[in-house]
Amino acid sequence: MTVPEPYRLILYLAGILGFVGLNAAYLVWVERKGAGRFQRRPGPTEAGPAGLLQPIADALKLMSKQLLVPAGVDRTLFRVAPLLMMSPVLISLAVIPWSESLAARNINVGLLMIFAFGSINVMAVMLGGWSSRNKYAIISAARVVSQNVAYEIPMLLVIVTMIMVTGTMDLNEIVRQQEGFIWNWNIFRVWVNPLMPLTFLVFFTCMLAETNRAPFDMAEAESELVAGAYTEYSSMGFGVFFMAEYANILLGCALGTVLFLGGWQSPIGILPGVFWFLAKMYFLIFTVVWIRWTFPRTQFYGLLNLSWKILIPLSLFTLILTSAMMKLF
Amino acid sequence: MTTFPAAEWISTMMFLLALAAAGSGALIAALSTRVIRSVCGLAICCLGLSGLYWFLHSPFLAMMEILIYVGAVCVTIVFAIMLAEPDEPAQEEPRKSALIWTGVSLTVALALFCGLAHLGVRGNWQEAQARTTDGSIREIGISLLTTYSAAFEMISLVLLIAILGALVIARGGREHS
Repeated sequence: MTVPEPYRLILYLAGILGFVGLNAAYLVWVERKGAGRFQRRPGPTEAGPAGLLQPIADALKLMSKQLLVPAGVDRTLFRVAPLLMMSPVLISLAVIPWSESLAARNINVGLLMIFAFGSINVMAVMLGGWSSRNKYAIISAARVVSQNVAYEIPMLLVIVTMIMVTGTMDLNEIVRQQEGFIWNWNIFRVWVNPLMPLTFLVFFTCMLAETNRAPFDMAEAESELVAGAYTEYSSMGFGVFFMAEYANILLGCALGTVLFLGGWQSPIGILPGVFWFLAKMYFLIFTVVWIRWTFPRTQFYGLLNLSWKILIPLSLFTLILTSAMMKLF
Repeated sequence: MTTFPAAEWISTMMFLLALAAAGSGALIAALSTRVIRSVCGLAICCLGLSGLYWFLHSPFLAMMEILIYVGAVCVTIVFAIMLAEPDEPAQEEPRKSALIWTGVSLTVALALFCGLAHLGVRGNWQEAQARTTDGSIREIGISLLTTYSAAFEMISLVLLIAILGALVIARGGREHS
């Protein structure tokens, strides 16, 4: 089935918006349900069967609240910050190949595009924090920058390694190279680089840190900073930040699936399709939730030490190792 | 190729949007009294520029523009300012000499702009060669290390000098205080 080009793009636009909205709403449910189970309580149960209507109730509540803009804030920047957080994710999702023929836009610098737009996120949190004129928000913004700068480096080093291994920045092509059985996935390609699983681990850790997820949620450390950069936001201003956080997790996990876990390829070599992609992506997302409710928040120095003293040397080492292996064999 | 109504019109609008973003961003950056707003203007300007690169069929350059200028340069500047800037900027009375200098610099800038624009529009330019590469990373890597290696090295020298300059200034500041 082929739809003429511009209509296809409009369909994808609506599809991506719907997908992100649905996921942002229901990942909150997964998060709360998961948190409940990990702590031996049932989680949300009241609204609908197993609390399934809870996200809708939450959304209604958020939307019906007053949109407060506190006195003394920088009004324009205060309003723009949540949108600035959300829009790069939506743009980046356009290049994710969900299956062989299901990608909104297949450009040959797709990987670069995701990281280019991903870098705008930091700016959004920082502007939100600064324009709030709130000391907690400013502390949070300062933390976000140092954290993101620290974790951007190992992340990009891992990406450079992956670009060297695959020889392309076209996400569709990257997935196509991982066709066949499970050992063709990039994470198990130990003959290119014996440390490939470790590379994936570095990627995943950096992804957690860049999306500001526990144990690295220094930006929104509830017990220390109220709600960090989002303290002054009410109603859907806060709601959009919250949705953007889940959309970012979605994007990060989708990227991990494409780069390391073979995208839409099936582990047994038959029946590739979009459901494999979704299964792998949701497994990664579940791991993210799992980690949040299993590990306590790290200290800020611990966080920076982990990046500068462990992850950066490690990713540099895998980069050098990969180039050496590629030159030798 | 396309049968979508007004496709030409939409793409023209996108081009104008990129143009407007670049222009207005530059104006915000230059005219705002708040440094953070100026940096936001710079970010908008860079986004507009990357849109223009996209229209010039250079997606790699467009992405790099965003990654480096918005993601790295603007973030670094905002971070530095956020910790340093006072809450309310002091309102300064415009001095007479400042007005004169504004006039002078505006004249010079206008003359430069007109000259460059004239050169760009009317100049006797060589027709660009048909593009032989597809703009892939491989091609870009090869051309950076062969055709443009001299320019590439020069840029790294500029960066080195910038770092040295920053070190010198920082040291000087420490001795004064």
